[in-house]
This record gives sequence, C-alpha cells and structure tokens, in this order.
Amino acid sequence: MIQVQNLVKKFGDFTAVNDISFAVPKGEIFAFLGPNGAGKTTTIKMLTTLLPPTSGSLELNGLDPTRQANQVRQQFGIVFQDPSLDGDLTAAENLQLHGVLYSVPRKLRHERAEMLLKLFELWDRKDTLVKKFSGGMKRRLEIARGFLHTPRILFLDEPTLGLDPQSRNQLWAHVKRLNESEQVTVFLTTHYMEEADRVAHRIAVIDHGKIVAIGTSEELRQRTNTESLEDAFLALTGTTIRDETASSSDQLRQMAQMWRR
Amino acid sequence: MQAIFILWLREVKKYTRSRAQIVASLGQPLLYLLVLGFGLGPVFQKAGYGSYLQFVAPGVIGMTVLFTSAFSGIALLFDRQFGFLKETLVAPVPRIRIMIGRTLGGATVATLQGTLIFVVCMIAGFRPTRLALVPLGFLFMALIAIVFAALGTAIGSGLQDMQGMQLIMNFLVLPIFFLSGALYRLDNLPRVLSVFTRLDPLSYGVDGLRGALIGTSQFGMATNLAALACIAVALLVFGAWRFSKIEI
Repeated sequence: MIQVQNLVKKFGDFTAVNDISFAVPKGEIFAFLGPNGAGKTTTIKMLTTLLPPTSGSLELNGLDPTRQANQVRQQFGIVFQDPSLDGDLTAAENLQLHGVLYSVPRKLRHERAEMLLKLFELWDRKDTLVKKFSGGMKRRLEIARGFLHTPRILFLDEPTLGLDPQSRNQLWAHVKRLNESEQVTVFLTTHYMEEADRVAHRIAVIDHGKIVAIGTSEELRQRTNTESLEDAFLALTGTTIRDETASSSDQLRQMAQMWRR
Repeated sequence: MQAIFILWLREVKKYTRSRAQIVASLGQPLLYLLVLGFGLGPVFQKAGYGSYLQFVAPGVIGMTVLFTSAFSGIALLFDRQFGFLKETLVAPVPRIRIMIGRTLGGATVATLQGTLIFVVCMIAGFRPTRLALVPLGFLFMALIAIVFAALGTAIGSGLQDMQGMQLIMNFLVLPIFFLSGALYRLDNLPRVLSVFTRLDPLSYGVDGLRGALIGTSQFGMATNLAALACIAVALLVFGAWRFSKIEI
C-alpha cells in the first residue's frame, strides 16, 4: 500500500530524511518510532503531498504523491501532530467542513459526525467555538475529524499526545476496529512504546533520518536482547536527548531578527 | 463546487461572528471621512471643486474594501500558524478550488464591509448623485475586492511570520491606498506621481466608484471596468499559482 524507496529530504545543508526504504502492505498497522527530530513528521509530510522529496521514490496505492497529488489525497486521512482545527468555527462546523472537502454524502456526514462526537464525548459541546475548547478536547475533536471519512490509508502523527487514558483507549480501539473491519492500512508515529507494542503489526525505528531497525516488536526485542520494546528502542537509538532542529519558520524568524539589527 | 462554497461560507461566517472586530474596523474609515472630510472641506471648496465629503466618500469606501480584502488574503498566514491550512492542503480538492473559495469569501466580506461604510457615509451626509448608478458602485466594490483578495492570497502564500505581514501592510497596501487618488484628485499631479497613480489598480477602482456615485470619472468608466477586470483575472491566476506552490 505504501512503497518508499531511497527517500531523501534535505533542508539546505541539513538532511532530515537520509535514504530510507520501506514498504507497508495493505491492512497492516505500521508504527514509525524515533526520537524527536528523527525525521518521522518529514516522512509523513512527503507521503501526504505536503512536501516534495529531494530524491527517491514514493508510492501510495500505486500512485505518486509528487505527480498525482490529487489522486493520492483521495487515498488517505491524517491526524496531524500539531493542531489543525479552525478555532473560529464550532466543533460541528469543523467536522462538516472536513466532510464536504472529502465529499462524504450529506446524510452520512451528519450520522458519522454524531457518532464520533458521542464516541469522543464532545456531543454536548458540538456548537461551541473550538477556540473555547481545552487542549484535550481539541485533540479529541481532531481525532474524531480524522475518522469522519474512511480512507484506505490512515496517517496518525503522534495522535495520543495530550490525550487522557480514556480517549487514548477509545482511539486505539477505533483504529483496530477500522483496520479489522475495513482493512484500513495505518501508518502511525508515537512516543509511547506500549501503544506501538499493543497495536502495531510491524515497527520501524528511525534515528537521524535513517531507519535503524524494522520488524515486529518481538523481532526488535530479540535482535537487541531486551525485555521490552522501550528497552529495545533505547538500545537502538541510544540514551542521549535530541534537540529538534529549528523549523523553517524559526530560521526565518532568526534571519529577520538579524536583519533588523 | 461544494468545496468552494463551504470555504466561502467559512470566511463569511467568521466575519459575521466577529462583531467587535466589525465595530473596531469602522474607526479608521470614520477618521478619514470625518476629520479629512470636514477638515479639508473648506480648502477644497475654495479651490472650486465642491464638497470634499462628496469627493472623499467613494475614496474611503475604496480604502475599506482594499484593506479588508488584502487582509483576508494575507490572513492565510494565520491559517498557516494555527495549522488549519494543512487540513485544506491535504484534502482531495484541487488547490485552485480552495484558493477560489477563500478568495471569493474574502472578497465577499470586503464588499460587505464596503457596504457598511457606504451606509456610514450616507449618515455623515454623503449623497450619491444618481441612485440608478449605485448598483454600478457595488460592481466596482466587488471588483476591487476580488483584485486585492487575490493579491493578498498571492502574497500570503509565501508569508511565514508576522513581521512579513507588517512589511506588506506598510510597503504595499498603504502605498496602494495613498497613490490611488482616494484622498486627492489625480489631475495636475507631478509627472512621476502621475505615472505611479496610473499603475495602481485601486486608482481605477476609486475612479469607477466616483463615476458611479458622484458622476465624475477621470479615466472613463469603460477604461476603469476593463482595467480592473484584466487585473483581477491576472491576479487570480497568479494567486492560484502561488497557492499551488505552498509547502508546509
């Protein structure tokens, strides 16, 4: 379903993704693990047509995100790592807007929105402006929105960041349900190893833009001679803490400051 | 079509919900209208040009439409910073439709705001000379709105932070306003200034508004319409191209 070959992404001198290759077959739940700044989000951005790769080839359901962007966008749904809601619209309006953009028929759109808002316990706040929501509620709405249409591939970029255990549980149960009943391929990143251990069929560990290991949780543990996935992860990526490199807008801000002096 | 409509609706809903902002946005045009209108009135009268309030009201309407529409385009920056832009960019909708929906929404909001100022001008004592031509005035408002909403989108597509926005406001939007003849007559100007005023799209918009509302036009209404329509098409194409190149 997802084919990545010799993928490279450079931002100036900095290589964010350095020659990675992997494949995810249809119906698999695939976890992409790595320390901060390892290149997880950059890879997702390239797969979801938001960034063009520097070199290498990508394929989603046989389509090329760089050349067939629109067809590719019909294949997937995504829950972003950082917020992407419109705060000046209500929860229900955010969902409806999403449904229209993804051409979900009107009736189904309303049914699904109701089901998901109830599932993530936002139904009684559906007419509240999103900017008045707490962080956790926004996150829940974001996830509910990601499930409004049924894509062939679902990207979840650290979906459980800032979620309470109840919502986390609902989220993974729902992901598993979708995966089993509709054969949705899932590509996820997370910092919670026990989550990856629980839901993912296969796991890739990425560090400094390179894939350092790929396999089932058991295979990774055997390879590193460790008891838990967390230990395996630490064995593979070391214990030093990484600084995330500045994003392009941070760099621009720095430039602007220099220029003003 | 549905996607264009829902994005248009989003802009309009956001406008009607921000009542405090609507009231606040009346401040600047009111200052121009009342302080300049009554302050420069006697001088204008002495020069033999008639009522300055009558003259400046179409200019103030044009200014309002310019500021509102340019800002709506540049507000793309906020969508980028608050993340909503990503949501529209990964959606299976051709980016041209997303751009058109946003731009038309911004243009609609600017036209509504212009209408509001038109009413305020009427309260301040402004009177259109021929009521039958007032609809033509609205056509010009809409054209100005589309031109600058598209220009704003083109610029907003490349903006990364607030400083850039300040730069655009000070070095592009304000000069467009001051060079447009919104505040003064465009005849008998120094040569260099005269060239610049003719390159300014808003000049044709303000002149068109004057033609429709107070019956005096310098360039001729056909020229005004043709110039604005051509610029609108060109900027829509340019804006769509810039928007399609956005990277997050």
